[in-house]
Amino acid sequence: MLDLHQYASLGAALKDALERWPNETCLIEADRDREKVRLTYSDFKETARPLCRALQDADFKAGDQAAIIMTNQSKWLISAYSIFFCGGVLVPLDYKLSAAEHLQLLAHAKARFLVVEYYLWRAITQSPEFAKLTAQIVLVTEAPPGADLRGAYRWEEFKRKGEPQFVARQREDTACIVYSSGTGGRPKGCVLTHDSYLEQCASLTAWYPFGPDVRYLSILPTNHAIDFMVGFIGPFVCGACVVHLRTLRPEFVRDAFVRYRITYVSLVPMVLKNLERGLRAKFDELKPGKRWVLDRLIGLNKMLTRGRPHVAISRRLLPDVHKAFGGELRALIVGGAFTDPSTLQFFYDLGIPVTCGYGLTEACTAVSLNDLQPFRADTVGKPLPGSEVRILNPDGDGIGEVAVRSRAVMSHYLDDPELTAQTIVEGWLLTGDLGRFDLKGREHLQLFGRKKNMIVTAGGKNIYPEDIEAAFDGLPVKEYCVFAADYLWPKKALGDEMLVLVVRLEQNQEFDDKLRDEIVTRNRRLADFKRAGGYLVWEKDFPRTASLKIKRGELASEIATGAARESIAQI
Amino acid sequence: MAAPTIDHTIGEILNLAASHFKVPRERLTPDDDFFKTLGIDSLQALDLLTRLEQHFRIELPDYELQGVSDFRTLASRIQSRL
Repeated sequence: MLDLHQYASLGAALKDALERWPNETCLIEADRDREKVRLTYSDFKETARPLCRALQDADFKAGDQAAIIMTNQSKWLISAYSIFFCGGVLVPLDYKLSAAEHLQLLAHAKARFLVVEYYLWRAITQSPEFAKLTAQIVLVTEAPPGADLRGAYRWEEFKRKGEPQFVARQREDTACIVYSSGTGGRPKGCVLTHDSYLEQCASLTAWYPFGPDVRYLSILPTNHAIDFMVGFIGPFVCGACVVHLRTLRPEFVRDAFVRYRITYVSLVPMVLKNLERGLRAKFDELKPGKRWVLDRLIGLNKMLTRGRPHVAISRRLLPDVHKAFGGELRALIVGGAFTDPSTLQFFYDLGIPVTCGYGLTEACTAVSLNDLQPFRADTVGKPLPGSEVRILNPDGDGIGEVAVRSRAVMSHYLDDPELTAQTIVEGWLLTGDLGRFDLKGREHLQLFGRKKNMIVTAGGKNIYPEDIEAAFDGLPVKEYCVFAADYLWPKKALGDEMLVLVVRLEQNQEFDDKLRDEIVTRNRRLADFKRAGGYLVWEKDFPRTASLKIKRGELASEIATGAARESIAQI
Repeated sequence: MAAPTIDHTIGEILNLAASHFKVPRERLTPDDDFFKTLGIDSLQALDLLTRLEQHFRIELPDYELQGVSDFRTLASRIQSRL
């Protein structure tokens, strides 16, 4: 792999990678069973060259913000590389957000350029807010012939002949602005420098060195911190290959493991759980004799891998299980949300190591990671090299707020000095997560809940109450507010997180079916992963500031003492 | 051959969803949130999409399901490709 300490920017490191492994395959894109793109590092460079030149001819300058809103595909990485090559700042946006949210974040990030897939662009142009678009140059991929692009260019035709000029950046310059939350209240744009990414990548690859024999299946969205690092920067600086799938149906994902002999994949807990369910169902279908043999082999594997994984032995003991994952899988990487330890253990016992970690966008990608020596399903691993972790104000059980200090931590929140000052205190990032170091050895970090008013879904999405409150605007009640249930009633555990809509009725108003239907309808307008899980009718007026803002903290304490979690009604 | 009516398409989707996820057919209505009624997550919804593709002999990109959570809208997405 490249020695990242020698580079000042992501662009410089990626540029060298393209020259270092010209004949290795860097990128494959498949749609169902059809392979659409296969590029070597040299092909990748040649494909990006005319785009880089066209960007520069369009006056794209060092420090200009360029956003990408795309599903995982080859043009994502080619565009991102071109942005870095030209010295730009990449703003990767979540393609699952609504068009209005895209427009809001594009404006917040002051993006001058935008690269977007056609179906997403179509939604943006149809939004009532379209006039607020700030991007001056928009490149649309895969637009059908004859489509009205509303002033945008076709990505495929945005090319210029001639050699582009590489634009050098310094370590402390901004590489990316990554949004760690939605848009309802206060967009949180984490400003991450080239130094953050290069340091993070160096420490991750120190524990998990990739090389040209690695084939990484990229199914988490590349805009997500994990896939951006593990499915783009990491593999590229090591000469590895990234595989993109245009459809994430389980059957095509399963095929891809086999077809491309995948060695690593990152998953969110929801997908891991789904794989577990599938495997357990298959095991349950086995005849009693075969099941008995399987259980004995799993037991034997468990014994042999107690200290550390021995993937070669596990593949021989449990060949059918490993063949289903392509036969060359070295580890599943899981992150983005809380993972049930029993699910992690299930896979580990089958000889499929699961690298579970903990991270947040504010800390670039990961803070801690399981080094599998030994595997500990009950923890989120050890702090990565270069990351210092402290537990602030620990209680009697040693549990307190997790604070992190490392070069990978973001520089600040974009245009929000107040929030930055609350979040990074004397160089320490206050994560809002509650944890402790395990009682044995005190090396592994364990998480126990959240201090902050937000939830992380099993799909790895951070949802803040403010993100969804607008959906209930005009609800015929006196007032309402949304909270994370665990924020109201803290529990020393993670998982099963939900948002609760708290409503205060007008005097003499009754909570009837009509109001219930109204809540259900409004809730359904939200993306499925953002919906409130329940509601609570509160009998007192909300405490408010002089400027009539709800005092959320005070209200939360009143609800916590005046009502029980059990009084939440499901929506 | 003329394309089937939207009501016919909805009916077929409801039949298929009921049998695939083993839910009584009479419990499903076109405006139901299928995540809720069928008790499924987004991956299982993708699985349903595959079954529907096989049934209607069409290809639906994953993005056609983005933001869709009721049977009626799903049917209209399918209908436009029949």
